[in-house]
Amino acid sequence: MVARGILLILLVSGTLMLSSCGRQSSERLPDVVEYNFHIRPIISDRCFKCHGPDARQRKANLRLDTEDGLYAALKDNPDGRVIVPGEPDHSELYRRIASGDTAEVMPPPTSRLSLTDHEIKLIGKWISQGAKYQKHWAFIPPKPVIVPEISDRQWARNEIDRFIFEKLEEHGLSPSDEAGKELLLKRVSFDLTGLPPSLQRQESFLKNESADAYEKMVDSLLADKHFGERLALPWLDVARYADSHGYQDDGLRTMWPWRDWVIHAFNENYPFDKFVMWQLAGDLLPNPNREMLLATGFNRNHKITQEGGVIDEEYRVEYVTDRTNTFGKAFLALTLECAKCHDHKYDPISQKDYFSTFAFFNQVPEKGLVGDIMLNSMADPPKMYITKEDVDGILNFINRKQQFPVEVMIMKDSSVVRPTYLLVRGAYDNHGEIVHQGVPAAVLPFDTSAYPANRLGLAQWLLSKDNPLTARVFVNRIWQEFFGRGIVKTAGDFGMQGDLPSHPQLLDWLALDFMNNGWNIKRLVKQIVMSSTYRQSASTTETAREIDPENIWLSHAPRVRLTSESIKDLVLASSGLLTDEIGGPSVKPYQPPGIWEASTSGRGLSHYIQDHDEKLYRRGMYNFIKRTVPPPSMLMFDASSRDQCEVRRLRTNTPLQALVMMNDPMVLEGARVLSERIMMEKPAKDESIEKAFRLILCRNPNSKEKSALSVYYEGEVKRFREHPDQAAAFLQAGEYRHENMGDVPETAALMQVIHTIYNLDEAITK
Amino acid sequence: MAREFLENRLNVNRRHFLGKLSLGVGSVALGSLLIPDLFKSGDGEVTSSLGLPHFAPKAKRIIYLFQNGAPSQLESFDYKPTLNKMRGQDLPESVRQGQRLTGMTSNQKKFPLVGSYFKFQQHGHSGAWVSEMFPNIAGIADELCFIKTMHTEAINHDPALTFMQTGAQQGNRPSFGAWMSYGLGSENRNLPAFCVLLSRGRGNGQGVYSKLWTNGFLDSVHQGVQFSNSEEAVLYLNNPAGSDKQSRRQMLDKLGELNGMAFENFGDPEINARVQQYEMAYRMQTAVPELTDVSREPDHIVKMYGPECLIPGTYAANCLLARKLSEAGVRFVQLYHQGWDQHGNLTGEMPLQAKDVDRPSAALIRDLKQRGLLDETLVIWGGEFGRTNYCQGDLSDKNYGRDHHPRCFTIWLAGGGVKPGITYGETDEFGYNIVKDPVHVNDFHATALHLMGLDHERLTFKHLGRRYRLTDVAGKLVPGIMA
Repeated sequence: MVARGILLILLVSGTLMLSSCGRQSSERLPDVVEYNFHIRPIISDRCFKCHGPDARQRKANLRLDTEDGLYAALKDNPDGRVIVPGEPDHSELYRRIASGDTAEVMPPPTSRLSLTDHEIKLIGKWISQGAKYQKHWAFIPPKPVIVPEISDRQWARNEIDRFIFEKLEEHGLSPSDEAGKELLLKRVSFDLTGLPPSLQRQESFLKNESADAYEKMVDSLLADKHFGERLALPWLDVARYADSHGYQDDGLRTMWPWRDWVIHAFNENYPFDKFVMWQLAGDLLPNPNREMLLATGFNRNHKITQEGGVIDEEYRVEYVTDRTNTFGKAFLALTLECAKCHDHKYDPISQKDYFSTFAFFNQVPEKGLVGDIMLNSMADPPKMYITKEDVDGILNFINRKQQFPVEVMIMKDSSVVRPTYLLVRGAYDNHGEIVHQGVPAAVLPFDTSAYPANRLGLAQWLLSKDNPLTARVFVNRIWQEFFGRGIVKTAGDFGMQGDLPSHPQLLDWLALDFMNNGWNIKRLVKQIVMSSTYRQSASTTETAREIDPENIWLSHAPRVRLTSESIKDLVLASSGLLTDEIGGPSVKPYQPPGIWEASTSGRGLSHYIQDHDEKLYRRGMYNFIKRTVPPPSMLMFDASSRDQCEVRRLRTNTPLQALVMMNDPMVLEGARVLSERIMMEKPAKDESIEKAFRLILCRNPNSKEKSALSVYYEGEVKRFREHPDQAAAFLQAGEYRHENMGDVPETAALMQVIHTIYNLDEAITK
Repeated sequence: MAREFLENRLNVNRRHFLGKLSLGVGSVALGSLLIPDLFKSGDGEVTSSLGLPHFAPKAKRIIYLFQNGAPSQLESFDYKPTLNKMRGQDLPESVRQGQRLTGMTSNQKKFPLVGSYFKFQQHGHSGAWVSEMFPNIAGIADELCFIKTMHTEAINHDPALTFMQTGAQQGNRPSFGAWMSYGLGSENRNLPAFCVLLSRGRGNGQGVYSKLWTNGFLDSVHQGVQFSNSEEAVLYLNNPAGSDKQSRRQMLDKLGELNGMAFENFGDPEINARVQQYEMAYRMQTAVPELTDVSREPDHIVKMYGPECLIPGTYAANCLLARKLSEAGVRFVQLYHQGWDQHGNLTGEMPLQAKDVDRPSAALIRDLKQRGLLDETLVIWGGEFGRTNYCQGDLSDKNYGRDHHPRCFTIWLAGGGVKPGITYGETDEFGYNIVKDPVHVNDFHATALHLMGLDHERLTFKHLGRRYRLTDVAGKLVPGIMA
């Protein structure tokens, strides 16, 4: 019996582990079976590969991804129908999936795919109920939604809450109480600035009992200059920003002024449509200014090879490919790249659609390989020089700590149109038919009478209010930033194979509200953080975990591990080391020796020369990213290698992370400096531990915690008194100057206690 | 204590897992499947390694001796006397057939053929041809399976390396070792499943980069752990000055106590998972230095690998370390040895490279064999593509260079499940095209996975709507090399 159990698991685990939001359990069938929510996820996953949009792979001339296809007559039996609504037994599709005959059953055993009994029953019931087809949800533009009336009007603060509450109730869950003020402040502070709240902020917020204390705090955080940095970080992942060119030689590039612009744009609350328009087509706007040109660097952040001997056209095509794929993933949440070599297997994107979109990005006067890396500049043409005058003028948001001019890559279209070919099987040198600028029409047709056939037109198409995806995709990613998970969990795939939205109506409401209010990003963010949903406590109950282990329905606030960058920020800010400066070139903090040297080709960036002084204490987002060898501690904490567009980071929990927290000089230095600073104030023992605790965990310790740490401190003082050499050695951590010459064993012991606090799960969790 | 953690951990996993599956399968069975996988993951689309092979494996572990930069097949294992006879004559168009060339030689006016400067002889019962630069490898010829007909699609280092290591030329796909870690997990509770060792070589070098051992879209527990030759074998492994094992233990106990309080408060299973990760890190701190310490290896072992094996960071030291890691249950040990990119000065550089690599490579095979481990370990030796049969640059009496050649190259395999003492596939007399039994990179991956008990079409991970495989959309098994 046990053995059978194991076998069963092995057989089914492949499929089960992949089951998504549209989870189907072996329990009862839904009363009403819906195509979009119940059926398409199954047939897309298991059938479309051979009976979907890809014409070349289509078997038996049968396609199940269109309405016509579902009800069509059979190729070899014109009297038969794929599906006869209401009659599963007369529907060939049902007959084949339910067949016990291995020669007949679909999917065929050779495909390594299969349907579960439950899935077969679902399809049967759907056919019995009339087999109604629906267009894929993501391609239907969001329609105005009625905000649900809910029973608990007390709890709901805004519309978000009413949508959330309705689903909670449906699932037998109820919302949690509001989080305590301390943890709420920590959460909103990390969420809006990526930094812990200072002690002053903690104190003033705790003292302020007025009804609008929280809103005031939110407003001040939204106005904080670090807000721009916070929202810039996920955008840098999307835009695959890095400080090197990538590929094997991987020389230096200077795109940081573009990063400064992103921070500026978020701080100035540029509406999302302007933010996107400038990045996609700033150069094509009438009389573009220098800022608009700088913004177009977005499309030049891709990797560029410097390897001698490459075939120029192969790489030029690679760059255009990267831009096209990035466009699909970043703005449409579609896996366009799947259609480069053949028609998309799941989504209605033909190979021709792919190259039509490709054509927009194929007009840049550029080369695959500009020259010898030894002679190479830090920016390949087309580029612009940012001068002192620019920085004194329109580009005054650029960090001015370095020499100007600085070169940055920007976009430009050639005056002569470069013909775009469909590349057969995606091969750069295998030209098929000529294609013209266009888009996947299933999303929204490209109206050539309204839009110019260039990137400007593409941006206008993207930002049209009729585009079903743009607003939803962005709103979903913002939601993901705050709740750790998007309303659509697969933030990069809104296609047939993506997860379905957990709260489709909320997503649509947010998307429309966002567009109707001028694509106002700070407004959207404020709506989210003001909601009761957001303000809930993170504590859970056994029941809530049983019903909803992934917390999809948000019956409590999620506990989310900080990003790699924020972990550095936490240490620097709480210890007082943080260099409070925005933008500028990236910095090279502590890194174990030999990492670049062991991997380099000897060309490009071959030696890691660590920075010193205030550059050691800049926020994590300014860490230098050499693409082929990104900072190892960042990769261990799931940061992007910036190889390609990424819209969602994993959040893992590994032993290597524990090693970083325990042994990275950055963390040890933070503990040392904070200990010295506290010791300088000569507080009582308990006060010193308490202060460190509040700086790092952003709350007061309870009595059990106090006593646990106090006992630990005493023991460590004893150890360090007995081993003064250990105390002296321990206090050597980091390059920052020593702040005091107080009692060495006590300082070392406090440092050890602080280091332990940094290592708590709670410290790196918001 | 440890036991408690483990049980706690299983509870955590089980709850996570069942929640994610929403399926009424017996939780006991699931729990037991998860035991080997103590590396815990967060909320990836799939969160755990699959635990078990698809069918009985021939090999349990892989050691991949990657010769980075692409050693010439024509001076090592693919003997082509015709090239010596036709030295200086232009590569016939009937052979080249318009194939593309790299930017480094596409502008050459002539493509003069050049044969090996080094002598070849047949070795062992199998009669394998091996050049005089590799006497030790020649000595174990009967253990080896030479594939003469590897071919790839890329013509430059970066995409070719990336292809060999991740199954795709572009994109951030999981590497071979990461797939193995994902599919089979770790055999050792105290060591990562996928370890990476680098050495530099003395010839013209090409870079390696951490993207080659990336987890890609898999969970970061499957990332290759790079060992360094510094005092710290694994990044961030060593305790800081002023801390020792005992004080670390105290710190961990304190962390456990305080994290336990947080768990009571929040009920978040991730907290307990983190405690467990700290315990594992602590065990690694003991296990890794013990393992990387070669000073206690007996003399006869040092002799086998050569005196260089006592110098950290050399290829010889890495071969010895690879044996030790593999013996301790590391699923996939990936070596990279740089310096094989002989565009010019081939006769000057290649002997130096061969000298560094020949003896330790052979010693590794012998050592595994004498320990009874060769049967269950698959050893792979080779680069990312081959080299042209014509000379790049000036052809002088004593020297020449060779450009990149993706259309054929030689690798060798040994150990678990591989037919020993055979040569598979055949190239034409010019060493340019394949005439019999081609083995594509995808085929090679499919076959290696198969030997490990994994079906390359079933070892998949769904990411952004697609089930990805190491073999992408292709790959055929090569039964001819399997025992």
